[in-house]
Amino acid sequence: MRETSWGEFVITRLIKAAGTSAILFVILIFIFLLRESIPALTEIKLDSLLSVRWYPIEEYFGILPLIGGSVIVTIGAGLIAIPMGLACAIFIAEIAPRWLREILKPLVEVLGGLPSVLLGFLGILVIAPLVRTYMNLPTGLTAFTGALLLGAISIPTIVSVAEDAIDAVPKTYRDAALALGATEWQTIWRVTVPAARSGILTAIMLGIGRSIGETMTVMMVTGNAPIMPKGLSALFSPIRTMTATIAAEMGEVANGSLHYHTLFLIGAVLFTISLAVNLAASSVVFKQKKRAERILS
Amino acid sequence: MNLTDIKPERAPRSSSLRRQREQKIGFGLLTLAAIVTVTPIILVVVYVVIQGLPAISWEFVSAMPRDGMTAGGIFPAVVGTFWLTLGTAAVAVPIGTAAAIYLSEYAPDNAWTRTIRIAIINLAGIPSVVYGLFGLGLFVLFLNLGTSLIAGSLTLSIMTLPVIISTAEEAMRSVPNSYRVVSISLGATRWQTIKRIVLPQALPGILTGVILGLERAAGETAPILFTVAAFFLPRLPQSIFDSSMALPYHLFVISTQVPGMPVTIQYGTALVLLTFVLVMNLIAASIRSRARARRLW
Repeated sequence: MRETSWGEFVITRLIKAAGTSAILFVILIFIFLLRESIPALTEIKLDSLLSVRWYPIEEYFGILPLIGGSVIVTIGAGLIAIPMGLACAIFIAEIAPRWLREILKPLVEVLGGLPSVLLGFLGILVIAPLVRTYMNLPTGLTAFTGALLLGAISIPTIVSVAEDAIDAVPKTYRDAALALGATEWQTIWRVTVPAARSGILTAIMLGIGRSIGETMTVMMVTGNAPIMPKGLSALFSPIRTMTATIAAEMGEVANGSLHYHTLFLIGAVLFTISLAVNLAASSVVFKQKKRAERILS
Repeated sequence: MNLTDIKPERAPRSSSLRRQREQKIGFGLLTLAAIVTVTPIILVVVYVVIQGLPAISWEFVSAMPRDGMTAGGIFPAVVGTFWLTLGTAAVAVPIGTAAAIYLSEYAPDNAWTRTIRIAIINLAGIPSVVYGLFGLGLFVLFLNLGTSLIAGSLTLSIMTLPVIISTAEEAMRSVPNSYRVVSISLGATRWQTIKRIVLPQALPGILTGVILGLERAAGETAPILFTVAAFFLPRLPQSIFDSSMALPYHLFVISTQVPGMPVTIQYGTALVLLTFVLVMNLIAASIRSRARARRLW
């Protein structure tokens, strides 16, 4: 009954090839990162790599201050983005009237589409001076400024995924809770949000993944000082993230030098971190799907 | 014992009052959080418009920069971003749509398909600077394409693939299965069904995803830092093997590397970038809402 022409055969083959291209690209990226970072692993001693001095001109390649910088900025961003993002998502999904939703959702999308250079630019010209004057610091280019802007960048990711998850909770859950006498507030916190738990967790993980990987904004506002952050007060001094290091120094390294390979090594570390976060997030999603299938069957 | 002896139980007033008050406070807090999250977005747009409008003129957008970028226009950066976006679309749209067709129409529900989906989620989460490193390693160096428009476009396309694939797949999945069934029952082959029924119906959703993906690609700096971007070129790129200026990179450079840069020009450049992003958002949103209104299912 079905007549397959030669043209259709070719197209079907091409489509199948395109489908597997995603795997091909991930593997390709991994291979290339690894290929260029192996010289760094073999030629620099491990305890030198894990030292706290990043001073490439003098051949000090300790990557711990960079990892520390990324961590402290990400934690700061998370402290801002997770509560605000979740609150916003709950507001949009549960409390806002229809007309307000139609305004808020596109607005949040606009924030998500803003290029990171733009926010970094505003950070340098507007936010950093504000931080400097109001917090009485020698400079406004600190981890705190970076965390503020990173939080702002991560909020749209958290809001859209979490709002989808909360929206997907069946109406019957809410109706049942309300019928049992709960207020809407109690319903949200004791029924809807726990039901959307895995989607919210995915949203948080994706938001954190975005924070770790953000480059331009942190490069422009965190001060670019590769100093190991010690304690919470480090939040108010300049630091440098892994991403900013690669972006800032790659332009000046000699091709094939040790510095060059170390930057690729940092890139490999970043790739591995994002791989881990995304695998964790997707396993949560798949587990949730399985559970939903069991409940509905 | 007669009926008047039975007194109706009244719920203790304090508990219900307490819950009502709790709800008012809770809703108030959430509303506050939403306002605090959304107001900066509006402020950012308004501020950039106010500060940048004085610099905008036809000359600004169409003239070459002079005096070490401190005067003149940003034409080469605009042109560069235009070519990069076109190049990204030329590669990412066919591959991405084909992959989405595969995932939505052809892929069986097995471990291989799950691996593809995990790969796509991972591609989506890779930091943009790691894409830059990969582009440097593969396209600029290994394939010897040099710092060029084609290297930059290829890097940006791989970065845009996950966005296009996931939105396109979702758009195709939302086409009711009955459409496909009826088409096949009338004797069409699978590809004919896809080409003439599914794709046209899913087109608005696919277009939205493409536009949002291209918007992101046009605004990213880190992937083009090492693959295509040049600080200043005396003439426009003549072929795909030339390096080029680009709008986000230009904004980064003039706000961090050029001493004595007039602030108005910086804001003007930021405004051009912002307008570009907002226009893309607007187009995507209008396609989405018109498609939803015209939807037949």
